[in-house]
Amino acid sequence: MSAHAHDLAADHHDDHGHHHKETFITKYIFSQDHKMISKQYLITGLFMGIIGIAMSLLFRMQLAWPDQEFKVYEILLGKWGEGGVMDPSVYLALVTIHGTIMVFFVLTAGLSGTFSNLLIPLQIGARDMASGFLNMISYWLFFLSSVIMVLSLFVEAGPASAGWTIYPPLSALPQAIPGSGTGMTLWLVSMAIFIASSLLGSLNYIVTVLNLRTKGMSMTRLPLTIWAFFITAVIGVVSFPVLLSAALLLIMDRGFGTSFFLSDIYIAGEVLHNQGGSPVLFEHLFWFLGHPEVYIVLLPALGITSEIIATNSRKPIFGYRAMVASILAIAFLSTIVWGHHMFISGMNPFLGSVFTFTTLLIAIPSAVKAFNYITTLWKGNLQMNPAMLFSIGLVSTFITGGLTGILLGDSALDINVHDTYFVVAHFHLVMGISALYGLFAGVYHWFPKMFEGRMMNKNLGYIHFWVTAIGAYGVFFPMHFIGMAGLPRRYYTNTAFPYFDDLADVNVVITIFAFIAAAAQVIFLYNFISSMFFGKKGSKNPWNSNTLEWTAEVKHIHGNWDGPIPHVYRWAYDYSKLNKDESDYVIPGQDFVPQTTPLQDNEEEMNH
Amino acid sequence: MTAFLVVLVIILFGVAVWQMGKIFQLSKSHQEDSEVANDKDNNMNGWLMLGFVIFIYILSIVCFWLWGDVMLPESASEHGVGIDQLWLISMILIFVVGIVTQWLLHYFAFKYRGRKGQRAVFFADNDKLEFIWTIIPVIVLAGLIIYGLFTWTDIMNIDTEDDPLVVELYAYQFDWRARYGGEDNTLGEASVRLIEGANQLGVDAADPNAQDDIVVNELHLPVGRKVLFKMRSQDVLHSAYMPHFRAQMNCVPGMITQFAFTPTKTTLEMRENEEIIAKVAKINNIRKENSKALLAKGEEGLEPYTFDYMLLCNKICGNNHYNMQMKIIVETQEEYDAWIAEQATLAQTLKQ
Repeated sequence: MSAHAHDLAADHHDDHGHHHKETFITKYIFSQDHKMISKQYLITGLFMGIIGIAMSLLFRMQLAWPDQEFKVYEILLGKWGEGGVMDPSVYLALVTIHGTIMVFFVLTAGLSGTFSNLLIPLQIGARDMASGFLNMISYWLFFLSSVIMVLSLFVEAGPASAGWTIYPPLSALPQAIPGSGTGMTLWLVSMAIFIASSLLGSLNYIVTVLNLRTKGMSMTRLPLTIWAFFITAVIGVVSFPVLLSAALLLIMDRGFGTSFFLSDIYIAGEVLHNQGGSPVLFEHLFWFLGHPEVYIVLLPALGITSEIIATNSRKPIFGYRAMVASILAIAFLSTIVWGHHMFISGMNPFLGSVFTFTTLLIAIPSAVKAFNYITTLWKGNLQMNPAMLFSIGLVSTFITGGLTGILLGDSALDINVHDTYFVVAHFHLVMGISALYGLFAGVYHWFPKMFEGRMMNKNLGYIHFWVTAIGAYGVFFPMHFIGMAGLPRRYYTNTAFPYFDDLADVNVVITIFAFIAAAAQVIFLYNFISSMFFGKKGSKNPWNSNTLEWTAEVKHIHGNWDGPIPHVYRWAYDYSKLNKDESDYVIPGQDFVPQTTPLQDNEEEMNH
Repeated sequence: MTAFLVVLVIILFGVAVWQMGKIFQLSKSHQEDSEVANDKDNNMNGWLMLGFVIFIYILSIVCFWLWGDVMLPESASEHGVGIDQLWLISMILIFVVGIVTQWLLHYFAFKYRGRKGQRAVFFADNDKLEFIWTIIPVIVLAGLIIYGLFTWTDIMNIDTEDDPLVVELYAYQFDWRARYGGEDNTLGEASVRLIEGANQLGVDAADPNAQDDIVVNELHLPVGRKVLFKMRSQDVLHSAYMPHFRAQMNCVPGMITQFAFTPTKTTLEMRENEEIIAKVAKINNIRKENSKALLAKGEEGLEPYTFDYMLLCNKICGNNHYNMQMKIIVETQEEYDAWIAEQATLAQTLKQ
């Protein structure tokens, strides 16, 4: 199949031997070129990330110093920060939008969108995505949904503030919380568009990976990045539509008087007519996406890490087939564990048992992945580029956050830490920080591919990594303790409970670390922007990598390769492979064998 | 304390920045190099990796040393002992795994830091190794799953044969009410459609079971008797969280959820608990310090704190979510009987 696709692609290229003349608009704005679209995703994602992280700083200040007045609230929050005092409703709005933006706009679109678009065609040897037009639509829908989400911050009654999980009835009734008025409507519209964007993107990724692989690029020769993006897209296609249905039913409940999620409600002095609906149904629908979403965020990061760790260790990734099998197992299990968010939602306790079982199963492929990463480092020749540091950091936070998941996935243990800061600490480490590290690793590693050979400053990269690493553990490790003290999340202040007074200093420490970590991101932004224009140009293949993208032209051209598409003769991980008599590397003096190199005479053939 | 911590953090940060500066300086001398890591970078970052795993260990130790005492005291309910046991076992397990794997990860990163001429080992597969580290998690997790499921079913399968005390927990924005079944220990039917005037919980006044129901805003429980909570919500999702009893269940509008436990320690006994005494003393010290600042500003000081069990709302429910609480008092059967005899029944309340 791939051979056939290759022929087609070659024909296609020949037809377009002379490139179209591109205008500013077709090149930079409504571009159909996957490389430009990936940059668009990245920059939009980073912009949203700035908003999301800034919000977290504001509510961290409130949590650390609840009785203090800060002028900055008044400046940034306007009428909700009058006199420097943060309003409880805006606190909830901040945590809600922070969650939404970080999960969907930064870590789904910004991470998967960026690197799927950049790497799928380049690493499988295709001239572009299967449909460049749909790809463009996908980005612009994402852009539109981002604009609507940002606009929702400015509505009169405030943005959505029912938590990022928007459980009804709170999210359905403006009487219950002001944010559930226009703010929530915009949230739902924005997410509906986002889902459409994500589906278009995912379908495109799947079709491209299946059909447009170059000659010789069998599925078992795919770099693990592509496996991760491919399976992520599959999970997205399976689960995102369910969120869309949940959002549509919620819109109906809000606007058209239906009772899908509402029943027996007395609020603001009157009984509502709704009867027979169930909020638990919404929870099921939401988490049917919500849990796979964790892996939609995490798998691309793990794929990126696999590639970067192998390249910078100068060793093949350990257990390639086990890594692929783990990705598949995680993807499958991820769709049948959603109930572990609902152990105490009132659903049947037997269901709780089933979900405990499936949830703890998912620890097995995750453990395999972690062990394989560690073994890949073993006896390597580690090149400590910033991308490598972030990849190692990812494995570290993935282990730490994953281990606490064993506690939370156990229904009996979940009873007492459910919705406490223990959960917040857990998921921030395992999906938030890990996925962000994956994003950073990817940016440092593929920056030269995105910006025509320019590289990011490594020293600033080192500072960025080490300060972030210390800050991230400094924020989230102590957070487990206040969770174990029984402190619920989403509390505007803890001063209403004298019992929690002794947690105040922990909160101060967490906030200080949060500021330190955020300061490091400013360094990254500076490095990113200045390197875009003034970064030193490196060689065509700066990291001595095997994968195909480094054989493509440094200068961005439509179609990626100036000549014919390269053929592939081996897998992507022949690093430090020795020749038959073990006197030297396969290619003397060079510790890597690019995928485009045919099998050498003095080389032992492996399985790939 | 806070000041000390702030200073500590700032010092650590300062050290970090200073170290960064050093790296920066050292790398600067190799300006001619590209942005690809050279041996000097590998060496520096390798050592920092080793430093980082030590940082993680020290952070853990410091956290336990500083805040080991903020955690919940021993369980005040029967089933909670089982949860705490399972928690402890899982915790030890994950700490062992965490300490070992973090060490391996960072130590390998340090030990095999790149050097010119160093040859990496081409090691792509080893079925035996992979089998071992698949099967070990399988066995360990199987144990945890089975243990966890037994604990869970014990807690959640409520046996009504041992005649539990039936109490309704009624949640609304932003407070709690408790309704006792009264002498017949049976709750009268209720619906939000019947809410009117003094009948705040919408209890069916015509239901014979409802006549002796008692509605209160402070939860009293007799020690040693199983309590079956029936949760109801009037408006949005709430969650009845009683951390000291290791108990939590959501309150869902349109359905009745339930949770049962047996309190084993009275409030007075818990106040005598060593951990609680230390914790209350610490809290009162903090409150005294804070009061000083408040008094200096001419405001009212904080009252000293005495320990009480509490019921918190733990599901985001609106602007005052952070202050939706009810006091729980666990007492002897006699004290409980005396207290409940003083409360007005629903029939009495509605007649007034």
